[in-house]
Amino acid sequence: MKRLSKYRRHRAAAPLLLIIALLGIGTTFSVASATPNKSALALARSAIIEEGKQIFLKGCSSCHGLNAEGGAIAPSLIGVGAASVDFQVATGRMPMADMSTQAMRKAPVYSPQEVAALAAYVASLAPGPAIPGDELLNYERDGSVADGGELFRNNCAMCHNFAGQGGALTQGKYAPTVMGVDPVHIYEAMITGPQSMPVFSDKIITPEEKLSIIKWIKSAEAEPALGGASLGRVGPVTEGLLVWTLGIGILIGIAVWLAMKAR
Amino acid sequence: MTARERIAGNVANYVDERTGAAAWMKKNLNKVFPDHWSFLLGEIALYSFIILLLSGTFLTFWFDPSQREVVYEGAYQPLSGLKMSAAYASTLHISFEVRGGLLMRQIHHWAALFFMVAIVVHLLRVYFTGAFRKPREFNWIIGVGLLTLGIVEGFLGYSLPDDLLSGTGIRIAEAIIQAVPVVGTYIAFFAFGGAFPGEAFIPRIFTVHVLLLPGIFLALITVHLMLVWYQKHTQYPGPGRTEKNVVGYPLFPVYMAKAGGFFFIVFGVTTFIAAVASINPIWLYGPYTPGQISAGSQPDWYMGWLDGLVRMAPPLETHAFGHTISWNILIPGLIVPGIMFTGLALYPFIESWITGDKREHHLLDRPRNVPNRTAIGAMALTFTLIALINGGNDIIAQQFHLSINQIMWFSRIGILVLPPIAFVITKRICISLQRADRELVLHGKETGRLVRLPHGEFVEVHEEISPEKKWLLTSHEQSGALELPEIDKAGVRRTDAIRNKLRSRMSQANAEVAPKVSVQDLKEIEHH
Repeated sequence: MKRLSKYRRHRAAAPLLLIIALLGIGTTFSVASATPNKSALALARSAIIEEGKQIFLKGCSSCHGLNAEGGAIAPSLIGVGAASVDFQVATGRMPMADMSTQAMRKAPVYSPQEVAALAAYVASLAPGPAIPGDELLNYERDGSVADGGELFRNNCAMCHNFAGQGGALTQGKYAPTVMGVDPVHIYEAMITGPQSMPVFSDKIITPEEKLSIIKWIKSAEAEPALGGASLGRVGPVTEGLLVWTLGIGILIGIAVWLAMKAR
Repeated sequence: MTARERIAGNVANYVDERTGAAAWMKKNLNKVFPDHWSFLLGEIALYSFIILLLSGTFLTFWFDPSQREVVYEGAYQPLSGLKMSAAYASTLHISFEVRGGLLMRQIHHWAALFFMVAIVVHLLRVYFTGAFRKPREFNWIIGVGLLTLGIVEGFLGYSLPDDLLSGTGIRIAEAIIQAVPVVGTYIAFFAFGGAFPGEAFIPRIFTVHVLLLPGIFLALITVHLMLVWYQKHTQYPGPGRTEKNVVGYPLFPVYMAKAGGFFFIVFGVTTFIAAVASINPIWLYGPYTPGQISAGSQPDWYMGWLDGLVRMAPPLETHAFGHTISWNILIPGLIVPGIMFTGLALYPFIESWITGDKREHHLLDRPRNVPNRTAIGAMALTFTLIALINGGNDIIAQQFHLSINQIMWFSRIGILVLPPIAFVITKRICISLQRADRELVLHGKETGRLVRLPHGEFVEVHEEISPEKKWLLTSHEQSGALELPEIDKAGVRRTDAIRNKLRSRMSQANAEVAPKVSVQDLKEIEHH
């Protein structure tokens, strides 16, 4: 090392060291942030699609057709997009438990990975609405509760009730409650219009407005029952039921007691 | 005499010398009232009214009955910055910023529901026991008036906050006004001061809600109670009770203590429910704009049956001479309720016409002993109940996963079919109960003790009932049907023959009973 250390004070030492250091950092960085090349990515993607296809063939094709082309009892899935698949399958609506009025929300049958595979497969058939990413769904940052409430009352309350508790539609169909629904699923429902629900495209309700609606729903969900027991937030029917049962029941009970004591 | 007694005596004497109250008080404080829990139902309504006056006065201190547009900057964040009427904003202010305001609002609204429930339950008691008979027909009509005004008053109060739900209710009320043929649109224009919603309606209904109707209520309730006082309270039949006496306790001290205590109990129960159960959460409904509507929009229960009738009406509309007549609103919204309330008010006169009974009655009927009246009551209740159920058809469909269309068809058919069935079943049950009473008097009550006679036969021992009970089960009168001639003495068909025939037929139906135990029956049983 003695030979090396005598060049320590050499004029070229400092620039040389700088070049070596830069080379080292650059190499380390490029190794650390290495991404597989394009062909490897496509390979992984087609593997997911293939996995999704296998799941589809097993669990969905009996109704939706071998190539998702639809059939007598189920619609075509070509062009519905990944968002639609994620909404229907991740909320447990698909596969349907029975073929009656409409698909119910229930515990999902498939794991998140399987849902992602199914979504990738259906999305690969034709372009359609994609699953909104986390960055897009930052409703806490990008939404406004007051605007969301106004938008909800204008566009959603006529079916989902003023507090998002859900409501009845014709022939046994219904608008489900929006309480306790994952923000991503609320968003997907708006862009895909599942079952009886219309599609609320970005022209009708902009992405920021959609986030405001989600923010309002989450705020209504978290709102404590301000005046006491909420009675289901469905309006005067439960209030009338309470006054006709518990209310007048207590008072008549006391009246009977009052009249009895005098005997 | 102690010093305290002397002072009290002096004060009483001072008042008496100037007002002459002593004689009046002596007479009236000793007035006797019969005691029964069902006689307290009307008191619940009275006390709820007092609670409504007190809590309502509190609310007027902050409520701003104006449709002037304001921007909300109050405490409730989810509505922050929204445009709304001053009426809605001030109701939010009462709910979130006025100390005790939300509790007072909830007391006021729950008390309104209690008021209407108590009126209906009191009415049912009066109806099924025949307390409306002569001389109390006027008081019955006042009662029906209070019921009708109560519905209107409740609806106006529900409308005042100008939230999304109440605005929807006003919109429907406007539609019903407009359904009046020819003049409907004019009346609606006058009421709203122009096109819906306008800015005139909230201030107008505020005046009616807090001034006009409470004034009418006070006057009618006063007359209602004065008539009870003057005509004396009815009583249930029992030994020692006749049409000419009243068996019970004096007003002072027994009844005064009971009634006063009951007021505080009613206030307490109302406050308790208002403290633990939310009612009309207007902050969730949002401010009213005509473009918005919520699923499951409902009126309060006392309007629910009307809403149910409108909901089940098939879409019928005629156009003639430049006028549209919406039968689908006119019939369920105005004609059917009109018939129902008129029939209710006139019932005492109809019944007395059918029975031909023009005597005074102070002893009440047991419902089973008047099968026809009880059955008519059951029929009317069934009708109203089906209408009420249909009023909540969307909530029922949603909660029980049913089809709203099927509920509506059930109501449409049921409202025609079920009331007559209820009539027949109720009447049969009443007559069966009369037979059971007859059995009880003749053979005593079953003891469940089986005895084997010496020759091997098993018999159940029956125990004779007390003379008081026997008296109760046999004291009612069973007058036969009217028999009105169709032909007069000269053998000529009378001009009112058809009316007489109808009246005789109805009288026959009314007189259908199981014969009560007669002296003859008792003699026969003694021979066994």
